[in-house]
Amino acid sequence: MKTITINEKWCKKCGICAAFCPKKVFDRDEDGRPVAARPEDCIGCRLCEMRCPDFAVTVEG
Amino acid sequence: MIKDYLLEEKLPLFWCAGCGNGIVLQAILRNIDKRGFTRENTVITTGIGCWGKADDYVTTNSFHGTHGRALPFSTGIKLANPSLNVFTLMGDGDGITIGGNHLIHAARRNVDLVAIMVNNLNYGMTGGQYSGTTPKHAITKTSPYGHVENGFDVCKVVQAAGAPFVARGTVYDVVQLDKLISKAIDHKGFSFVEVISPCPTHFGRSNKLGDAPKMMQWIKDNTISQEKAAGMTRDELQGKFVTGIFEEREQEDYSTAYQKVIDSLRGGENE
Repeated sequence: MKTITINEKWCKKCGICAAFCPKKVFDRDEDGRPVAARPEDCIGCRLCEMRCPDFAVTVEG
Repeated sequence: MIKDYLLEEKLPLFWCAGCGNGIVLQAILRNIDKRGFTRENTVITTGIGCWGKADDYVTTNSFHGTHGRALPFSTGIKLANPSLNVFTLMGDGDGITIGGNHLIHAARRNVDLVAIMVNNLNYGMTGGQYSGTTPKHAITKTSPYGHVENGFDVCKVVQAAGAPFVARGTVYDVVQLDKLISKAIDHKGFSFVEVISPCPTHFGRSNKLGDAPKMMQWIKDNTISQEKAAGMTRDELQGKFVTGIFEEREQEDYSTAYQKVIDSLRGGENE
């Protein structure tokens, strides 16, 4: 399973990672912060990492 | 590791939530990392504007110049030391509006560098005024009833000025963007990549385009490949972002041509 890490200090809660994940891996909490809720669905395309404007998302594994 | 080139203690980035600048910076650093360029043999130059802050976040050599003048500084750096890998980062306000004259002449001279223009369709840092790329009818702080001018097709300008590599991508299609930057780096000569990028704070808000994901979607929905665009009229292409490689040809770069002159005047003593 992939490990998706979000650097909370760098993330600005723009929502791009969650909106464009092809497998809908992310939820957003009440503050809009992305949460990798379904990492088992992640196919490792890393589009969330590449599209993160803040270097805040890392996909490993 | 891409993080070797990122000055992590300076993060979080200064840019607004959903600004595309960080996506472009990441794509550039990823390509620098892939080639194993060192901090010492790489120079990133910037001008003024939001994108002009990019040099704050890199561990390579960098040079933060004056408004619209990143290319003259880059030209000087490249001429003084042609072995350096020079990246010039400009916004649309910086690169084609204030610095348009420098852009066409750097393209004409064919200085061997990678020029990356992030086009967010307005002057972001100063509050969202229209720039030379703001599309007709768009609302900005200085065109509150709709812009009456046409925006530049920057790629066509740079192509006409003589650049041997000219391409356009978007921050939405980040895989294509990666490839375009990669090809620009590998191409000898003036290699220009325009990147369409969202400014949710100003352009997005003024034109009611919604939040960051909605603005990304707006870019996606208005992007057309050059293959598809070939069969469309000028009117049909109004407000669309045509992506692809528009120019890719071999042409002797400035430093090589200049070295030939030096060698010929030395009477071949260095050959």
